[in-house]
Amino acid sequence: MKKISCYIDDIRIETPEGVTILELARANGIYIPTLCYHPDISPSGNCRLCIVEIEGRRGQHISCMTRVEDGMRIRTDSQEIAEIRRVTLELIHANHTQDCTSCSSNNNCQLQEVTAYIGVNEERLNKLRRTRPLLKIDDSNPFFNLDHNKCITCGICIRTCDEVAGVNALDYSFRGFATVVSTFGDKPIKESVCESCGECVVRCPVGALYVKETVIPAREVKTVCAYCGVGCNIYLGVRDNKIVSVRGDRESIVNKGRLCVKGRFGYSFVDHPERLTSPLIKSNSSFKEISWDEALDIIADKFSKNQGRKFAALSSAKATNEDNYIIQKFTRAVMGTNNIDHCARLCHAPTVSGLVQSFGSGAMTNSIDEFTSAKTIFSIGSNTTVAHPIIGLHVKEAKRKGAKIIVANPKEIDLCRFADIFIQHYPGTDVVLLMGMMKVIADEGLEDKKFLEDRCEGFDELLNCLGDYDLENVSRITGVDTEKIRQAARLYATNTPSSLIYAMGITQHSHGTDNVLAVSNIALLTGNVGKESSGVNPLRGQNNVQGACDMGGLPNVFPGYQSVTDPDKIEKFEKAWSARLDRQEGLTHTEYFTEIGKGNIKTLYQVGENPVLSEADANHVKKALEKLDFFVVQDIFLTETAQYADIVLPACSFAEKDGTFTNTERRVQRVRKAVNPPGEAMEDWRITCEIARRMGAEGFDFESVDDIVREINSLTPSYAGITYDRIEKEGLQWPCPDRKHPGTKYLHREKFAGSTGKGRLFPLLYKASVELPDTEFPLLLTTDRSLYHYHTSTMTGRVRGLKDIEGTEYLRINPEDARKMGVNEGEMVSVKSRRGKLKVKVNINRSCPEGVASLTFHFPETPTNELTICAVDPVSKIPETKVCAVNVEKTEL
Amino acid sequence: MNNQLDEIFAPFTGKSEELIPVLQAVQGEYGYLSDETMGEIARFTGVPGSRVYGVATFYSQFRFTPVGETHICVCRGTACHVRGSGKILENIEGLLGIKNGEVTDDLKYSIDTLACIGACGIAPCVVVNDKVNAKMTPNKVREILNRDKGL
Repeated sequence: MKKISCYIDDIRIETPEGVTILELARANGIYIPTLCYHPDISPSGNCRLCIVEIEGRRGQHISCMTRVEDGMRIRTDSQEIAEIRRVTLELIHANHTQDCTSCSSNNNCQLQEVTAYIGVNEERLNKLRRTRPLLKIDDSNPFFNLDHNKCITCGICIRTCDEVAGVNALDYSFRGFATVVSTFGDKPIKESVCESCGECVVRCPVGALYVKETVIPAREVKTVCAYCGVGCNIYLGVRDNKIVSVRGDRESIVNKGRLCVKGRFGYSFVDHPERLTSPLIKSNSSFKEISWDEALDIIADKFSKNQGRKFAALSSAKATNEDNYIIQKFTRAVMGTNNIDHCARLCHAPTVSGLVQSFGSGAMTNSIDEFTSAKTIFSIGSNTTVAHPIIGLHVKEAKRKGAKIIVANPKEIDLCRFADIFIQHYPGTDVVLLMGMMKVIADEGLEDKKFLEDRCEGFDELLNCLGDYDLENVSRITGVDTEKIRQAARLYATNTPSSLIYAMGITQHSHGTDNVLAVSNIALLTGNVGKESSGVNPLRGQNNVQGACDMGGLPNVFPGYQSVTDPDKIEKFEKAWSARLDRQEGLTHTEYFTEIGKGNIKTLYQVGENPVLSEADANHVKKALEKLDFFVVQDIFLTETAQYADIVLPACSFAEKDGTFTNTERRVQRVRKAVNPPGEAMEDWRITCEIARRMGAEGFDFESVDDIVREINSLTPSYAGITYDRIEKEGLQWPCPDRKHPGTKYLHREKFAGSTGKGRLFPLLYKASVELPDTEFPLLLTTDRSLYHYHTSTMTGRVRGLKDIEGTEYLRINPEDARKMGVNEGEMVSVKSRRGKLKVKVNINRSCPEGVASLTFHFPETPTNELTICAVDPVSKIPETKVCAVNVEKTEL
Repeated sequence: MNNQLDEIFAPFTGKSEELIPVLQAVQGEYGYLSDETMGEIARFTGVPGSRVYGVATFYSQFRFTPVGETHICVCRGTACHVRGSGKILENIEGLLGIKNGEVTDDLKYSIDTLACIGACGIAPCVVVNDKVNAKMTPNKVREILNRDKGL
């Protein structure tokens, strides 16, 4: 880029072209007062304080809106500038409440800073003071308030809501003196489209938008958010052993300081009074407290009597890598079985089984940060802005930079607002849709021939199979117009780099693996993988579901996806763990409950999970749990599942322990202890080690997580180079095979990870979902997520503000279906499937197409999974939580 | 309502720059802009709801409450003011039990003010459903309203 030079206050400064005077001055430590500038958003030039003079030009110029030109001579201050600034500032002050000492932004206020620099004339100010009565503070939002009386109408919140959040909840309303920042219809914020992310609050230069009960922390601890798989970096503010504030880490490449509502305001569960503080034992169907010694002795004794395949463990995608490593080691080395699994079975099992076949590795191929440079983003089966809000922001940013967005989803999700093409296909028809798109690509010769030649195998088989996908037929099955399929196919194939995003809409089907293969097919066919900003990106759900898989929390692999049936690997781990290991793959999560029912599994050790609400066909889970001989639950709350336990152990939350989480882009990031655990709660790894030691096992004498990490490094090739000192500031992305390796930004750059080094295309057949609507159960029920809750809401359900915003479940149905059933908004209906029945209120919503209804599974009082079907994918054993048939009838309260 | 809106939108293409003409067309049909119609306008033009509202509230030509069957506009221009239009307004407000800018619950009457209709020679003026009533007095107000009420 061309360099130019200019003078600011007679100092010669060289700069690349394109920067504004304000930016250049700031970068060079020259102060220019401003109130409406923020580096994250476009300048608006409305505070008129950043004026400067430019030699040879008349008058003053707004420095935030004026680009530096070669040879410019700029003055940041003069008698005239000072006078103009003073008057402008006095006019702002005249409309601003003067209660600095009680203001939450005191000492952190840009108006104070600017005033100190410019100065105001108190006497003149008194004359200018506005006499209108104070406007009412909008305190409707549970997390923050809007005080119009302190607002300086700089518009930073408006531009933030537009450019950073893409929500557009706020804008200026009314005119002249009456101008205020308001929502649509000047309604309370809570009734607007505001998503409570708080990005506006963070950027408000004064105290107009402020967090309720602002408390300044005594210290801050850098750690990783405990909600979704994005893995945003946060600073927890701590005072008196309490988390009093949360802020995003602006240095982090993952979130660049941005957070969603849960990440910013969702941590009051940590010191919730219902936290488990002591081990509990069930006697006469109620729990009573016992000591750790008693509890651990009983467990050690019972576990000793049930070694081998009678035992099964569920580790946790919410726990750290270190916790997961220990739990799987315990299961394999001490209990002598590969019966170890976790909730990845219910979310991305087909990703692992599918992408391993096609690419050789089942993880997101690219980094989150690469989305913003993609030219096309194809989001299929992912409610991105709701389930992965910060990745949603990356997609919105890409759109702002000119990318084209294709959304394929049975529901008209929020992301559709940004979509260039929205494909609303019928649930469960993804294979047909994608194969149809591939047929268009092949017919029109848009495939990447060189990529197919050099790097792929199986193209001919795929080509043969595409003959079966006549586009008219595809359109009939998917319910999507043929022209739309053509347009989407062309866009994805030609407007490259294209990045594909998918999530549960692809995986949670009885043909989930086929869906994943269809996704990898289209990426391989068009050469959209193994390149920067171009790949296949399964968005992982839980904060550490990637890590739990990596650590071998799966029945078929040791840490680092080393097969449990490979004799070399068995030998390696037997030697390292000094134990005899099971030669056979273990059972999966979904199989556990059937086997418990049959009496083949007698003991279950479950860490941080809630299958009573999260497992498909939950009633069969409940029945199974009742049959267990011995059931140990280790968790932070007494969950719905914990009610079935014989012994409950109190664990630490993420804020109370050290370790690492691996986010969806394979980035291993440091989790740090911020507060002490409540009562006698202990870290998961420590509890499991205690049990192991009491069973006489060796190799569990870890003093701290550092020792565990060293063992992980030595046994897991992809994690070998990831040490705590290397990830102190920024996480590393696996594979990272040695200490010098910089980590891997995107996968499959030169060759694919599989044994042949080639990507494999697969011919696929359309398989219908197992249970489709019929006359008895005429509606198709699909499941989705809410922005405000997480999973079975064990955590978010205990955050008052989140419950305030969204407190109950609603069945979302199309207006036409509602009319046919004769139900009105908010009325109670009974929803019945072949497996269960529940009552819920109706929300009539155009987002659902006719014939499709949706529920989340966030609310314990509305156990959606009692309705869903446990028809599993034959390869990955994931249940079909996305499609089942229900009957909906109006009912009394 | 949606069908009616579709008809109003029909001559437009749905581009954001059509926002103001669309607002005018909708107000022309309904007499005012409701949250529902503005929501649909936002959807149609792709302009965020908050911005639609911001634009609409910026211009004094847009109103956000329905007009009554009898819409009464009191001129508050200088000449009318000097000749007591303030009192006239108070009088009408008192008779109808609503304030300036409001509409009666039965949607029969609404009151608005405007600044100078250019008929200063016959001040104070009150415009009732586009008909100018000259040299108003409290008594004449009562007469007009009674006549309108069929009394």
